[in-house]
Amino acid sequence: MNLHEYQAKALFAEYGIPVPPGRVATTAAEAQAATAALPGGVWVVKAQVHAGGRGKAGGVRLCRSPEAVAEAAAAMLGQRLVTKQTGAAGLPIHQVYVEAGSAIAREIYLSVLLNRDRGRVAFVASAAGGMDIEEVAATEPEKILRVDVDPAAGLQPYQCRRLAFGLGLEGGQIAQFERIARALYRLYLERDLSLVEINPLIVTRAGELVALDAKINVEANALYRQQALAKLRDESQEDAHELEASRHDLNYVSLDGNIACMVNGAGLAMATMDLIQLHGGAPANFLDVGGTATAERVTAAFRLVLSNERVRAVLVNIFGGIVRCDVIAEGIVQAVQQVGVKVPVIVRLEGTNAEQARSALAASGLAITAARDLTDAATKAVALAGGARVPA
Amino acid sequence: MSILVNRESRVICQGFTGRQGTFHAEQAIVYGTRLVGGVTPGRGGSAHLGLPVFDTVHDAVARTGADVSMIYVPAAHAADAILEAADAGIALIVCITEGIPVSDMVKVKAALAGLDCRLVGPNCPGVITPGECKVGIMPGFIHRPGRIGIVSRSGTLTYEAVFQTTNLGLGQSSCVGIGGDPVRGMNFVDVLALFEQDPATEGIVMVGEIGGSDEEAAAAFIRDHVTKPVVAYIAGVTAPPGKRMGHAGAVIAGGKGTAADKFAALEAAGVRTVRSPAELGSGMQAALG
Repeated sequence: MNLHEYQAKALFAEYGIPVPPGRVATTAAEAQAATAALPGGVWVVKAQVHAGGRGKAGGVRLCRSPEAVAEAAAAMLGQRLVTKQTGAAGLPIHQVYVEAGSAIAREIYLSVLLNRDRGRVAFVASAAGGMDIEEVAATEPEKILRVDVDPAAGLQPYQCRRLAFGLGLEGGQIAQFERIARALYRLYLERDLSLVEINPLIVTRAGELVALDAKINVEANALYRQQALAKLRDESQEDAHELEASRHDLNYVSLDGNIACMVNGAGLAMATMDLIQLHGGAPANFLDVGGTATAERVTAAFRLVLSNERVRAVLVNIFGGIVRCDVIAEGIVQAVQQVGVKVPVIVRLEGTNAEQARSALAASGLAITAARDLTDAATKAVALAGGARVPA
Repeated sequence: MSILVNRESRVICQGFTGRQGTFHAEQAIVYGTRLVGGVTPGRGGSAHLGLPVFDTVHDAVARTGADVSMIYVPAAHAADAILEAADAGIALIVCITEGIPVSDMVKVKAALAGLDCRLVGPNCPGVITPGECKVGIMPGFIHRPGRIGIVSRSGTLTYEAVFQTTNLGLGQSSCVGIGGDPVRGMNFVDVLALFEQDPATEGIVMVGEIGGSDEEAAAAFIRDHVTKPVVAYIAGVTAPPGKRMGHAGAVIAGGKGTAADKFAALEAAGVRTVRSPAELGSGMQAALG
């Protein structure tokens, strides 16, 4: 789960990580009024959306008067911001963050995340701050510094020093950096985060380290014990279909093709998408209906995939293990009847009681195309959706 | 022969009297697994499914000589359950539970590092040696005792590989679902090493997916240490970057962990890959020659 910058900075402040003074605003008037409480004659107005790349997309504006702040806020609020991370539709701007301007001497990159290879929390830092870190990693990997934290020992001072000296910090900045890193580690663990990213962490002209941006992802599996953070969820920033899916406890991801997929198991669901592409089609979604594909879940899943107007065919791919295929077939028949499916439905059922399931589908009188196997299912789905996108 | 479990394995179930634990313990018994009891704190001294229930794993081990535990406790308590099993001297811990917070698994992994026990999972279908011992949620009937070792991050794709190798008459020596979480116990490399040593295993099917670099590590290991034919498939070619595809670990992050990179690493290591999940069995048959 993503947090907004202003929410992340509030957490930073709570943990003693220096951030510029700022106020969140939902109207232009609020934004202008906020300047009275913020020192200096320069302000930055920042669109609050769950995506990076805001600066280049016009979502961050430097203002030199309270009136300019109001103007910038008015131009952003109620609009959608399209960045290279959002897709063409962009994300709605419901809040702006007004911040006192900072005098920047240099920009650093710092993040805390999981090192999957070692199963440890890791710090990643780079002197090339303010840039796309993936690009830095790809083109100048020597500029990336990493340390992994032993979970029993915790983050050690020497690790902080290694990063700080590696970043070219000096004097009192070394101790400042260590304080920030230790606070970040505490924040990461105590709040069950999966990512904290500060890009940039600046050194001000006065030599102080300040987090100019803040990105936080909270680990979804831990939200049950992070009630305060769970309340910060902003559903307006989520894909409408994915949001609806989450309400039914379905795992769904929107894609841009026209063949809807309904599958049990995440791996098989991905494999089904890949198979559609392999046979010249394009999947409209990832959807894992889970291990207990009951009639209710299958019905909800049908509604969900069909709410996408691009869909020209639905491919149901179930490997019935513990769940019996005949029960699933019943669910499919019910769902197709209830939902009123108007596009071809191709069904591949394998596993427990697959034969009975196929007979039940055939006897239903519904326009359901039974597939013999995985390949047959993908071939038929692509053909019924209007053929391969790219002629073979 | 086989790996990890066999007909001698003495298995207990943690979360024994819960709905999941009860159902899958019953299935395991029907399959012929030597289930010797279960653990549900507070229910010690009673019986369930005709087997003794214990308050602690230590009690269960002391009284039954159990060496394998399958865990069906809810995510919030699963890390505790794994550590309890490890402390009680269980040699193989199979954790089925999905949704354990990563930070819990980071601690578990560190705690297990110095111990002489193996963890499979979490968020996995479990381990089976066909005809001998089923420890997990996989449908037993699709398996046949045979020649192929299967290792996978995905449950249902494991079943596909099993189903196809069964239909081709190859059968399976053992199947290990290592799970879909980013921090887990045994990895591809660990399981591949066991299959390489197992005389019953003549070929290996490996099913990976997007996210992380464990398939790349497996590729290097196969190149240097595996003499048996390996067929590999990676799910998620069409997965968009930055999106979690069902499994907590199935996400392309920072441009890393793509299916294309994994296929390339495996192919560079000389591993036979298939681009369709329908070819897991036929690919293996072809590789065996």
